[in-house]
Amino acid sequence: MKIVVCVKQVPEITDVNVNPETGTLVREGISAILNPFCEYALDHATQLKITQQETEVIAITMGPPQARSALFRCLELGDDRAVLVSDRKFAGADTWATALTLSAAIKASVPDFDLILMGKQAIDGDTAQVGPELAEILNLPQITYGVEINLSPKKKRIRVKRETEHGYEVLETRLPAVVSASKGELIRRVPSFQDVLTARLKDLRVISADDLDLDETELGLKGSFTQVINVFPPPQKQGGIKLEGLEPEVAARKIATYLRKEGFV
Amino acid sequence: MFKLLKIDKEKCNACGLCEISCPFGAIAVENELAQANELCTLCGACVNVCPQAALAIERRKASVEELSQFKGVFIWAECEPHGEKHVPRKVAYEILSQGRRLADQLGEPLNAVVLGDEGLAEMDSLCYHGADRVLCFRHSLLGRYTSDGFTNVISAVIAGEKPSIFLYGATPNGRDLAPRVAARMRLGLTADCTELGIDENGQLVQTRPAFGGNIMATIISPYTRPQTATVRPNVFAAAKRDLDRPVNIEEMPVTLNKTNIRTRLIDEIRLASEEGRIEEAKVIVSAGRGCQDPINLDTLRELARKLGGVLAGSRAIVELGWIPHSLQVGQSGTTVGPDLYIAVGISGAVQHVVGMSSSKKIIAINKDPDAPIFKIADLGIVGDAPVILPKLINEIERIKVRR
Repeated sequence: MKIVVCVKQVPEITDVNVNPETGTLVREGISAILNPFCEYALDHATQLKITQQETEVIAITMGPPQARSALFRCLELGDDRAVLVSDRKFAGADTWATALTLSAAIKASVPDFDLILMGKQAIDGDTAQVGPELAEILNLPQITYGVEINLSPKKKRIRVKRETEHGYEVLETRLPAVVSASKGELIRRVPSFQDVLTARLKDLRVISADDLDLDETELGLKGSFTQVINVFPPPQKQGGIKLEGLEPEVAARKIATYLRKEGFV
Repeated sequence: MFKLLKIDKEKCNACGLCEISCPFGAIAVENELAQANELCTLCGACVNVCPQAALAIERRKASVEELSQFKGVFIWAECEPHGEKHVPRKVAYEILSQGRRLADQLGEPLNAVVLGDEGLAEMDSLCYHGADRVLCFRHSLLGRYTSDGFTNVISAVIAGEKPSIFLYGATPNGRDLAPRVAARMRLGLTADCTELGIDENGQLVQTRPAFGGNIMATIISPYTRPQTATVRPNVFAAAKRDLDRPVNIEEMPVTLNKTNIRTRLIDEIRLASEEGRIEEAKVIVSAGRGCQDPINLDTLRELARKLGGVLAGSRAIVELGWIPHSLQVGQSGTTVGPDLYIAVGISGAVQHVVGMSSSKKIIAINKDPDAPIFKIADLGIVGDAPVILPKLINEIERIKVRR
């Protein structure tokens, strides 16, 4: 069985600050990490590998040459090999162009895949669009927000427990399919020193636009249907009163008075 | 040198405006010339500010005649179970009010598309809230959301009706459906919009938060029609019900077969939600890591009950397993907009704040006087929440008794 995990390298946005004078992102010292939801997808792949002998897990990312470090993380977490899809021609790709490029890269490097896993969204763009778009391009069934993935005994179908607004539902579909992952109940194995060393010996291939069965007009900004025309800092809501050093009783009374004044009690 | 951002060496006078306008630190003046590096996302911020018009981004051209054939604003009015019936949910009315505004600006009709089975009800209500026409698709296979079934129907609507704009609520199902349809119909799609407008060319201008809410991006879909977007729930208000508006409901034929739907429902686990749905709550008491122990959540629950509200929490405590993901507020959880939001032991990371900043009143209790949550709180209390809350509950009791 072959599982493709599509991943993305993202800035560690919890560290991101905005320069109040220019309203722009302060990029210095921000580390690049593997998107946390992609790690959940990897956890699911690793779990399937444990229950299913002879499973190969292949991590694929589209990104700049630096995205190699995100792929090393995948290899440390147990993936068997990795593919970096990298080319200047991909720059400025929106979710559609990204999904199209990824679909071509999967066809080129793992044509006989059984399952595609990805994180439900990336923490930088937060669109959650690439998964369903990729599924549609490849004409595959999709299950989003998966927290548990099980293979049927004959490995022809999967059962996915997915988050809904009211709890969970369990859906079954045939393979191949695309599943986007939310945080499951899986416990991540922390990579050992040995894992880190072995990761460096695993196969990490770089492919470019020339390796894909796509026209140049379908790539990057040229191939994108959406265009960003402006970026600006979000409007700041003004804070109200901040009270410090109050006795707990006084603090409680202040809140209660406020609630009464505003009509909540 | 970066390839797609074109820098005209003759025009550039090294004024440096591009450098200070770039949100990504991707362009700088070196050797008396602007130079871009690989951090460039082609967002266009520098192009807009360059006084010399020395910067350009190579973009595709669209045919105006072709695009002008597409008319009409459409929304998908998502429904939810209500007793025996399926009725439009709150977000449907929110996007209806936005759709109405856009349709009026364009001078085009507003259509609501509804999918469901025989249980669909309150269709006339969509007209009272702004729809000129309701397209009602009833089929036994549409009684429950499926990616395949709903994609088939919505794609057929788009192919047949040729709308200029199609909006969805950015709910879990909306965000599952919209990209699937966009890919099938080859459409531009913008996720989770918090602002929509029409520019002088009649184009839909969409604004959304990115980078965990640290920055806002304005996005257009110049080449494809309809322009499609998902709209964040609880950002826009629904329009007032106007019973004088004409009711126009069309029952539409549906061609759908079991084999069209490739996923099969095996089981459904409904979490007994003592708390109810957070996105529609009027009052939310929200817990963060500062609550210290899951036992303290009982106090928060009691406070919520006393105020007629529900318990929610930050991503941190969902990760700790204290509450289920369905109660998570924030960028990777649910966006809420209650009348009152009490943030207990929540520091107020931007990813949390984007999910609750449209709350009408915010009270924050946190030990750390520098916690960013205080910047947006109407009332901030620096103190130890587990100590203050039981006393607050007593105070509220006292006020209630006195009445």
